[in-house]
Amino acid sequence: MIELRGIKKRFGQQVVLDGVDFVVQDGETVALLGPSGTGKSVLLKHIVGLIRQDAGTVIVDGKDVARLKREALRQLRSTVGYVFQNGALFDSMTVFENIRLGVTDEKAYRNLEFCQERVAKCLSLVNLTPDTADKYPAQLSGGMRKRVGISRAIAGRPKYLLYDEPTSGLDPVNADIIDELVKSLAAELGVTSIMVTHDVRGAFRVADRLALLTGGRIVQQGTPKDFMQSTVPAVREFLERDFGNLNFAA
Amino acid sequence: MTAATYDIRRPIGRAVLGALAHVGRLSLMIAELVRGLAEWRVWLPLTITEGWNIGVGSLPIILLVAGFAGAVTALQTGYQFSGNIPLYVAGSLIVESVVLELGPVLTGLILAGRIGARYAAELGTMRVTEQIDALETLGRSPASHLVIPRVLAGIIMIPVLTIIANITGVISGWVAVQQVLPVTNTDFAYGARFFWHPFDATYSVIKGFAFAICITVISCYYGFSTEQGAEGVGKSTTGAVVSSCVMILLLDTLLARLLLN
Repeated sequence: MIELRGIKKRFGQQVVLDGVDFVVQDGETVALLGPSGTGKSVLLKHIVGLIRQDAGTVIVDGKDVARLKREALRQLRSTVGYVFQNGALFDSMTVFENIRLGVTDEKAYRNLEFCQERVAKCLSLVNLTPDTADKYPAQLSGGMRKRVGISRAIAGRPKYLLYDEPTSGLDPVNADIIDELVKSLAAELGVTSIMVTHDVRGAFRVADRLALLTGGRIVQQGTPKDFMQSTVPAVREFLERDFGNLNFAA
Repeated sequence: MTAATYDIRRPIGRAVLGALAHVGRLSLMIAELVRGLAEWRVWLPLTITEGWNIGVGSLPIILLVAGFAGAVTALQTGYQFSGNIPLYVAGSLIVESVVLELGPVLTGLILAGRIGARYAAELGTMRVTEQIDALETLGRSPASHLVIPRVLAGIIMIPVLTIIANITGVISGWVAVQQVLPVTNTDFAYGARFFWHPFDATYSVIKGFAFAICITVISCYYGFSTEQGAEGVGKSTTGAVVSSCVMILLLDTLLARLLLN
């Protein structure tokens, strides 16, 4: 379970998170929605300890992330797969080497045969052909790079998968492919997923539950149906941009 | 009437706090670097590759600059020599100038531009494209993957390049001085030996070693501290080169004071 309680974060004078409470149960896929620049990615980075909160607690798997020592944090991170917005692939490495780095168990990482099998398996899970392994990130399209990023995130068999804007910058067809992938990986691997996005339609297709972050706080959490019936002005305003007039939902 | 007053303590305080923040971050990076040394399986192969890249890659420019520096020293020596100075002194002057100063300092300044800029730009780009964050989320140490190989490769290769620069500078000076003064090979060799102290060679390598630490650590620090996209990468790269050059000149003076007097 991932539990964020009263998270506050400011950068200089700018308050980004102002007391966020957010819980994700095991096995759930939750979409974290919100306009650009509201701190969705910042919130996600708190979960893996890339950013430390000014106040509040982040509990992952029963462990307080901010209090973990170096080795414990490394172990916790090995249970979390993180898919970065632009892939964050190492451009001096091939796709194979990139995905191999995701094998977080050191013994397994040093076993070349195991890694070759694992990389091939991860590539097939994201619908990429085995010959992609020999390419460099610069030789891939945007959609392929995102899929390689997902492959790297799942290579270590994580318990949690965090997606930071997995469909941003993609055309609708590729965005749909990634959305389907998020859904199928959650089902096939049984992982708990959090997907940060501002693509409302994608979020409705993929997520069991949605949360809307705006003004530094989560203003609404619930199922897609709860969202459609919400009377919270911020929710209606956000949804109407994608779905038009929501009166049909009433 | 009240006059607006400018409190000088504020900018001074900000500058001091900024400098302390740099010192704190740099210390943390060095601590990470020391901790990462335990992961030799990760950094050793990367260090060999990096060492080969910077060593072989820098060789042509080092040979060119050291060759010209030695030759110019020789030509200027010829210009300044009057009839009262024994000709063998030209050998002493060229060898001592190249080994004690020109070889290590020019190598350091060139490599501050070549290697320092490259390290800061590479790491800065990795920072702004979240590649360093990605390494951390994969439970891997950015120090052992990125910093240690670069620092160690520099510490090994820069003194080696300094030695090569010294040899090249002396040879080119030897050849060039014979074009402007009637110095025989025996005169030159006698002069070179006359003022030579065995410590001179050690001093030159110590300088190369000190400059290597300064260039690699400063440029990796600037790269790691990069913020705000392409503009940030540009700022880091410039900052790394300028700071490395200034530190090289400061260290040059400090080492001369500490080791030669």
